[in-house]
Amino acid sequence: MVATKNDNQIKMSARKVCVSYSGKQALFNVDLDILHQSVTALIGPSGCGKSTFLRCLNRMNDYIEGCIFHGSVRIDGKDIYDPKLDVVELRARIGMVFQKPNPFPKSIYDNIAYGPQIHGLAKDKSELEEIVHTSLEKAGLLKEVKDRLQEPGTGLSGGQQQRLCIARAIAVSPEVILMDEPCSALDPIATAHVEELIDELRDNFTIVIVTHNMQQAARVSQNTAFFHLGNLVEYGATETIFTSPQDERTQGYITGRFG
Amino acid sequence: MTNTLLKGFPIKEGERTETISKRRERRYAAEKRFKILGILSILVAISTLFLLIGNMINKGFSAFKQTYLELSISLPENKFPNEKQISPNVISELNFKSFLKRALLKKFPEIKSRRDKRLLYKLISSGATFDLQDAVFENPKLLGKTITTLAIASDDVDQYIKGNITANNQGRITIKQSKWIDKLVDDGVINQKFNLKFFTNGDSREPELAGILGATIGSLLTMLVALALAFPLGVAAAIYLEEFAPKNRWTDLVEVNISNLAAVPSIVFGLLGLAVFLGFFGMHRSAPLVGGVVLALMTLPTVIIASRAALGSVPPSIREAATGIGASPMQVVLHHVLPLAIPGILTGTIIGAARALGETAPLLMIGMVAFIVDIPQGINDSATALPVQIFLWADSPERAFVEKTAAATLVLLTVLIIMNLGAVLLRKKFERRW
Repeated sequence: MVATKNDNQIKMSARKVCVSYSGKQALFNVDLDILHQSVTALIGPSGCGKSTFLRCLNRMNDYIEGCIFHGSVRIDGKDIYDPKLDVVELRARIGMVFQKPNPFPKSIYDNIAYGPQIHGLAKDKSELEEIVHTSLEKAGLLKEVKDRLQEPGTGLSGGQQQRLCIARAIAVSPEVILMDEPCSALDPIATAHVEELIDELRDNFTIVIVTHNMQQAARVSQNTAFFHLGNLVEYGATETIFTSPQDERTQGYITGRFG
Repeated sequence: MTNTLLKGFPIKEGERTETISKRRERRYAAEKRFKILGILSILVAISTLFLLIGNMINKGFSAFKQTYLELSISLPENKFPNEKQISPNVISELNFKSFLKRALLKKFPEIKSRRDKRLLYKLISSGATFDLQDAVFENPKLLGKTITTLAIASDDVDQYIKGNITANNQGRITIKQSKWIDKLVDDGVINQKFNLKFFTNGDSREPELAGILGATIGSLLTMLVALALAFPLGVAAAIYLEEFAPKNRWTDLVEVNISNLAAVPSIVFGLLGLAVFLGFFGMHRSAPLVGGVVLALMTLPTVIIASRAALGSVPPSIREAATGIGASPMQVVLHHVLPLAIPGILTGTIIGAARALGETAPLLMIGMVAFIVDIPQGINDSATALPVQIFLWADSPERAFVEKTAAATLVLLTVLIIMNLGAVLLRKKFERRW
């Protein structure tokens, strides 16, 4: 099915996205629009291609051996698979948070300062410090770590580490943040923290989140896309998807009949 | 009571516990046997090691002591009152050998025949003359005074004192000489002292003057050249192969060949050095430069393999994290992957270097096996290396070289142990968790 929305709200749009890994096709003709400053959740059973789709949005699949991409993905109307486009610049615009918290084995400060440093976003030390503080604050971590910015980021708890990773993504002030099951390695309290954070971040960023947890999708997202066996089955407002799904498979999945 | 849990299983109720416990005993016995075998193999390994080191210490430890004769020598008056006139040439005109001979003869007034005198003089090493000469040149004020000097004994006296050879009229020490030596020992003239010369001299035909400084410096220079080449080249090759190279048939071929090179016998690298560096490029024979290049070639596969393993063990999540915020592939490697892999790379390099340090065969092929007395001053001077020095001494007929061989081996082993310890400490220090 084609999921298109009103043009001026669209941040990213994918058309006829097909991806195959070493000959095995993982995505079939996916058309999907991601709305500006909203949270889009990608749900579906394991192996349905939702993570693959997410990674297409900032070309993280480029480095996977044998991965072949067809179709187009546009951000603000520009094709991100254009050979002339610089991938590094693209990733500065589209940040990513991974399933497992993966802070660099450096200090908390250096973890966040790294992105702005390599992109030259801070002119001097005080500006860099400002970015680090703002990012930590936006990620709701500043209060907990402001006295120990020089301690290693790997010493934080799992939930704090994940928020550190979100702060690290925010620090390069991207337009879109992709999150690949950001809470699957966290306990319920840490999960609640991150979910709250996602809700707040919506004011400034466009967020795409892959999740296994349907309640989470229902709680944090405005739009939900349901993937099944590499196909986009249904896409629409989260409320609609969860209350009156059009497709039988969507209904089966959200009611827990399979998945 | 019948257990409903066992319904459908072939085992019967009463037998279950018994069968399991029987099996358990056998399992524990097997575990115990395995443990004992492990302990036994470790014991065998350790005892072999102790046997080797113990044997070396037993044979080589005496080489760290040297026999000296304490002689009082009256030096002639200074004929050159102006100190500026005193040059090595002027000093060497004085017959220091005769001063030593006279001093020794004074202890044995009864010796008259020239033949006996010649036998007596043989107790002192030729090196004693140079020692005395150097002492006077350094401090010309000694001239005209009577000084007590430690004259180095000949290797035969040294070995006789250490009990390694016995006196007999056909041997190195005659019965007559042994009596003189015994008297000198009783008079307190013959003493043993720490053998500093062993660490400050180059090689020599006289065992009592032979030292390992030349070989040690040679080894050091060779290692410097080898590491300066192998480390950057190896790490760069590993980074390219592991991080950037496409995985195809060609890179597979390169990989197989690198693994093959690691297993090539070292003498083959020596032949290569002989043919290419000496034959084709016409580099200096016996020079640490050539030795270093050859050892670098030999170490390169080890460094590449260790570095690739270290790079590969950096978790992909770190790469993803860096890529995800827009680091270019090179920034990912240089800022994140390489710093995390450095301890592993260093460990591999040190182990490779330790192997190269103990390598003899390739150095034989490029002429680092020559008898070289001078301490090498640069990478293009003729030099030899510690293991080659050991090989040379082991080949020498003099009894005194036996202990020198063992002592040099001890020094080499100590250096190797220090290097390996360094590798372990480095790994411990930089080990990071993620």
